[in-house]
Amino acid sequence: MDTLIGLWDTFGRDWPYLATLIEILVKIVLIVAPIMLLVAYYTYAERKVIGYMQLRLGPNRVGPKGWLQPIADAVKLMFKEVILPTGANKFLFLLAPLITLAPALAAWAVFPFDEELVLADVNAGLLYILALTSVGVYGVIIAGWASNSKYALLGAMRSAAQIVAYEIAMGFALVGVLVAAGSLNLGDIVRAQAGGIFSWFWLPLLPLFVIYFISGVAETNRAPFDVAEGESEIVAGFHVEYSGMAFAVFFLGEYANMILISALAALMFMGGWLSPFHGWPILGPLFEWVPGIVWLFLKTAIFAFLYLWFRATFPRYRYDQIMRLGWKVFIPITIVWILVVGLAVVYELPWWFD
Amino acid sequence: MPEIRNYTINFGPQHPAAHGVLRLVLEMDGEVIERADPHVGLLHRGTEKLAEDKPYNHSVPYMDRLDYVSMMCNEHGYVSAIEKLLGVEPPERALYIRTLFDEVTRILNHLMWLGAHGLDIGAMTMFLYCFREREDLMDAYEAVSGARLHSAYYRVGGVYRDLPDAMPRFERKHLKDPSEAKALNRNREGSLIDFLDDFADRFPGLVDEYETLLTDNRIWKQRTVGIGVVAPERALQLGFSGPMLRGSGFEWDLRKKQPYAAYDRVDFDVPVGVNGDSYDRYLVRVEEMRQSARIMKQCCQWLRDNPGPVMVDDHKIAPPPRGEMKADMEALIHHFKLFTEGYCTPVGEVYSAVEAPKGEFGIYIVSDGSNKPYRLKIRAPGFPHLAAMDEMAKGHMLADVVAIIGTMDIVFGEIDR
Repeated sequence: MDTLIGLWDTFGRDWPYLATLIEILVKIVLIVAPIMLLVAYYTYAERKVIGYMQLRLGPNRVGPKGWLQPIADAVKLMFKEVILPTGANKFLFLLAPLITLAPALAAWAVFPFDEELVLADVNAGLLYILALTSVGVYGVIIAGWASNSKYALLGAMRSAAQIVAYEIAMGFALVGVLVAAGSLNLGDIVRAQAGGIFSWFWLPLLPLFVIYFISGVAETNRAPFDVAEGESEIVAGFHVEYSGMAFAVFFLGEYANMILISALAALMFMGGWLSPFHGWPILGPLFEWVPGIVWLFLKTAIFAFLYLWFRATFPRYRYDQIMRLGWKVFIPITIVWILVVGLAVVYELPWWFD
Repeated sequence: MPEIRNYTINFGPQHPAAHGVLRLVLEMDGEVIERADPHVGLLHRGTEKLAEDKPYNHSVPYMDRLDYVSMMCNEHGYVSAIEKLLGVEPPERALYIRTLFDEVTRILNHLMWLGAHGLDIGAMTMFLYCFREREDLMDAYEAVSGARLHSAYYRVGGVYRDLPDAMPRFERKHLKDPSEAKALNRNREGSLIDFLDDFADRFPGLVDEYETLLTDNRIWKQRTVGIGVVAPERALQLGFSGPMLRGSGFEWDLRKKQPYAAYDRVDFDVPVGVNGDSYDRYLVRVEEMRQSARIMKQCCQWLRDNPGPVMVDDHKIAPPPRGEMKADMEALIHHFKLFTEGYCTPVGEVYSAVEAPKGEFGIYIVSDGSNKPYRLKIRAPGFPHLAAMDEMAKGHMLADVVAIIGTMDIVFGEIDR
């Protein structure tokens, strides 16, 4: 009883901190829960979109129009046995999926959904996101090594090399954004793009924008850069040995990352929550009532759709060709364009940087 | 100092790109292949031995099951060998029907190959596009023989029956959306010939569709150009045939060089590659599909104009019509003897080959004068191709092995027999 009172005293005295803690936890839930739901329905959207592109219907049996398919999949995966391969390092084997998923979710902490709607308005937001997305590669490497399988190890090696290469191209692309916006704060980056669709960074930073998104596709190991999984080459790559929920967590991580990359592309190059008609004579006031988060969602959806479109269209690159593209094409282009942007900012090029 | 060993990986037999039951033992230096050792035999069913203790006419269905994506071409090789042994010449209409269905089979096979090759290299959509057209041709198979895959349609002395006058249609009551029936049955209003004629008209446009996705695609080119190069002389030494040989720039096609069926009476071109790499073989096969459609068109025209028998009128080797059997004792005896005992062939040896979609499919028969072959040897085109695996894959990367398996168009039914 005394301890209880003691606890109450402690927290009673520190009441404001507890309230903040609870508030932050609630906010985290408010962000993570919709994202998990979005991930679930993104898998459904993928199967439907690719299905129609491939002259078939996609899931249409579970629930009306197949809407309950992701739920059914989740339930199935949860009840499946997680098999630990003999010779696997059990601790690392189970840790790896978490290392993949956690950064993909944590990155959303600094993400501004609207003018004021952000969990942590950190000034080094961009740096934080870069740092976190880089952690994801450890999950892949650890999974490949801990599985004690040759295929998994090959997949992990490929993935490590690829992610590191594209991380650099992506980082340089973001340096361009940072130079153009003059801030690392994600909110400020959006505010620097204030104006209609032509004021956004996608136009002056076009090469960086394209490279950022392609690198993003490579970074998330999606087709045509999916050599780490390489269905027809190394079966499933780093997650061959995974089953049940451990496998599902990898999948959640991959899709959460795809949504994150899409949302970041929308934020940094497509004006985030800004209306595309912002400040235009007639259309501007007409769309004034639409909340910023809706615009952000629509822009994110465009990029998320591109991911699916790529997958249905392109054959897969070979591992060395991916490396060549990353190191010999993307990195030089980004470096040159950073220089161009730097000059444009210094000499206050009209329309964007004046 | 520790000894540096190559990384050995077991590729298959349960592997999504192993095309059935290929087991490759790969010795790799990192991602680079040092040695590729194909292990065969996992699908061995003893077809040759089985054929040796059955009357000749009982083994036709075994041939379907050799290369199970080019069924009728295998049957063609088998029945033409026996016809050669017996000295029987099938009626002209049967020859045209065989030509028509050989080309249907070639398209079926090449579509399967294109889809699987695309899927191996990661172009998933190709697979479903190709299967859309395969479905139509499967319907043609079904209309003519009753089976979609293992048709047993070619018989010694001709074909099992004439082409049907009506193409089976989709019935409204079985469709989820009955209003679709009209669109689905659009090309099924007439006979099978009309259906195939319509297909041959549509098909080049559909091939354009596949080519839009692949031919000029940079990634596709990067993955296939310069992969698995085989020089023309080397291709000959390795015993290549079909598109594998023509892709290397050697113009050799049994349909032109040793015409059989009605191939000397139809007009078509033989595409030939230049560099002998996977991309050239891809182009050769795609062009072959277009040429097949051209041949189909000519056969359809001829078959429309020239009705006639499709089977020799010799009841020692071809069964009598059903109706005749009910009334005529002799016909009944013929039928009984033919299906229990078969027929005896003259003593001798015969080799007969056809240009199957994968290459030269040959049947070698040694006859001792009985009703069963003394020895039957199948020359399957895929076997020498697979044997060149090590040579073609050496020095390439793991991902290229998949592209090379794809370009070989191997099917284990015929390799393991």
